[in-house]
Amino acid sequence: MREIVVESHPIDTVFRTDRLPHIWCPGCGIGPAAHAYAEAILASGIPRDRHVCVSGIGCTARVPGYLDVDSYHTTHGRAIPFAMAIALVKPELEVTVFSGDGDLFAIGGNHFIHAARRNIDINVICINNFNYGMTGGQVGPTTPLGARATTAPYGNYEPPFNLPYLAAATGAVFVARWTALHVRQLKKAILRAMQKKGFTFIEVLAPCPVGFGSPNDIGEALEEVQLYRERCVVDHKAHLPDLEIDLRRKDSPFVMGNFVDIERKPFDPLAMMKEQEE
Amino acid sequence: MAGVLIRQPLDKATVKVPRGQVYIIPERCKGCRFCINFCPRNVLVETSDMNAKGYHYPVVAEGKEEACIACQFCSIICPEFAIYSEEIGE
Amino acid sequence: MSAEERVLTGSHFMLGDHACAEGAMAAGCSFFAGYPITPSTEIAERLAARLPAVGAIFVQMEDELASMAALVGASLAGARAMSATSGPGFSLMMENVGMAAMMEVPCVVVNVQRGAPSTGLPTLVGQADMMQAKWGSHGDYEIVAYSPSSPQECFDQVIKAFNTADRWRIPVFVMADELIGHMTERVVIPPADRIPRVERKRPRHKPGDESFLPFLAEDEDLVPPIVHAGEGYRVNFDSLTHDEKGYPATFAEPHDRLVRRLVDKIRLHTDQIIEYEEIFLADAEVAVIAYGSTARSARRAVNEARQQGLRVGLLRLITVWPFPGSKVRELSNQVKAFVVPELNLGQMSRETERFTSLPVIGVNHAGGVMMAPGPILEAIREAAR
Repeated sequence: MREIVVESHPIDTVFRTDRLPHIWCPGCGIGPAAHAYAEAILASGIPRDRHVCVSGIGCTARVPGYLDVDSYHTTHGRAIPFAMAIALVKPELEVTVFSGDGDLFAIGGNHFIHAARRNIDINVICINNFNYGMTGGQVGPTTPLGARATTAPYGNYEPPFNLPYLAAATGAVFVARWTALHVRQLKKAILRAMQKKGFTFIEVLAPCPVGFGSPNDIGEALEEVQLYRERCVVDHKAHLPDLEIDLRRKDSPFVMGNFVDIERKPFDPLAMMKEQEE
Repeated sequence: MAGVLIRQPLDKATVKVPRGQVYIIPERCKGCRFCINFCPRNVLVETSDMNAKGYHYPVVAEGKEEACIACQFCSIICPEFAIYSEEIGE
Repeated sequence: MSAEERVLTGSHFMLGDHACAEGAMAAGCSFFAGYPITPSTEIAERLAARLPAVGAIFVQMEDELASMAALVGASLAGARAMSATSGPGFSLMMENVGMAAMMEVPCVVVNVQRGAPSTGLPTLVGQADMMQAKWGSHGDYEIVAYSPSSPQECFDQVIKAFNTADRWRIPVFVMADELIGHMTERVVIPPADRIPRVERKRPRHKPGDESFLPFLAEDEDLVPPIVHAGEGYRVNFDSLTHDEKGYPATFAEPHDRLVRRLVDKIRLHTDQIIEYEEIFLADAEVAVIAYGSTARSARRAVNEARQQGLRVGLLRLITVWPFPGSKVRELSNQVKAFVVPELNLGQMSRETERFTSLPVIGVNHAGGVMMAPGPILEAIREAAR
């Protein structure tokens, strides 16, 4: 059969279709990641009205605005404390923070580590495209050493974060890394995160051809995604300190997986008081 | 066939490979070519037509009309939600 | 009387900070997110004990930026949310005060002011954040700020603040100061059923009604109805400028329309918001305008001046923002000068000057000690000449 032209996609039920097409560049990895999240929402068994999506500022942070859920596009770096408060006031809601590497780990870094330390019951999905994309491709806390960015024209002179290691070290109970190509595994990981109580973190590598790929000779989005295909290996038992990632390196694979899946006491401001009463 | 062992799945005769129908929304496409490159059956090809924004969207290639197996990968990999497949029923 | 009771009905000898906390309890505050900072810490400490006892949420956040972000989130989940801070924390909160203003989210922040700027005088009184309360975040927006002159007013004004915040969907500040916060005085707490409560405006549309425009203000008060997370309305709340549907609308025309409504919401309704106390103003030739702890010293100075035969009166501000500009204009037809004593180098005096061409004599000190009545009396005498 030849293709049939239609006007809508099955996943449209989860999106604010009156706002499509979205603003992301051709090949941007945020689209597939948002799609995986949307499918997870449908498959989660949690009613749509109980899903809440919170973001900060950036290209990734535009995701909640396109989803047909209670969505909050807040200030740069502050999605996590905002989401924390919603999760505390209404614990029956499934709260997911969907934001970018700069928003969550530079300006938002302090909030990330404390929410992880406390084991707040939220899901954090971080699209890591190794730069500040919305503002034109500046260096960020995950930009590899030596990579080019508009505010590092001679090459980035700062070592980047190793996000899964950071998340695990600060107390996240579920830590995973996938890519915009590994959308099936990503959807499964998001579903696992939604079922789990506590602070979950999923890093999603995504192409940003304009902000990162092109200045670093990785090429178009397709080239970067083909790089994922060729170089990614899955190792759920990977040694976290070795999970640094630099897409330009030819000597090591990119390690993906669900690295951490543990149990910790959930955050409860009333826990001590209840204990004392007993 | 002496000396050659061919392994076959035990249920090969009964398992049916699904057949799929491709649906496209040309106006949403931004020409990233993910679907074309990652389709496991190479069903898709870029058309020489353009949508209103000037992007060449995918169509089913000549001779590939029966190749789609409705794996849904194009659907979930497309950043624009511009393509999907559906299994054609019995 | 059990700790579980929200309203500690009765007559108390209570610290100002604690009275703020009790006002929050009586108002139904169910979420406090804050950070310790002198001289407001006692508010947090009191609520750390009182809120959990009624099953409500107290969280000490990692900083004031997170605290303010948490207030906005909690309020949008339906809670009456509050924080307490002083100058340095107030500055940090300003970023998300802007978000609260933009998203039209009710919340209350008590600022127990201390000597400023910067780390300043952590343990001693100041009144130097007054302009910041109005202009602290970037952009045009309106807030309401109260100024208590006693622990009793701390209690009363925190309750008022929650009601005003919920009524107008704005952040509301209670601009206390260290003298009032650390003073112990009689506080009378009424029975629970006599605590005034104003509820948020709720939508007439049901969840799922596609015609619902969450940021369309159909009423004269320009306040749209509020929806909370999990109620099924699936609304987008955006810190970006937005249209009536809540979608980002980053263009000149919707932006101007939105920001005008955000300010007009308050500016066109100040008659329903502004409160002040008039003392001896009926025949006054000189009007003293004072607020907070300084108003107590001003009251003493005015009393003494009257005993000396000077016709002076006191306009004590209860709301400092919006400022009672039209009252100042009205008084300008009667008095010959204003005296504005404050523990800063001239903030509300500037606001006074905007509304009068009469002399506005400041009595100023950068803070660290109670404003004595003496200098205020001298200024009154000078004004009366």
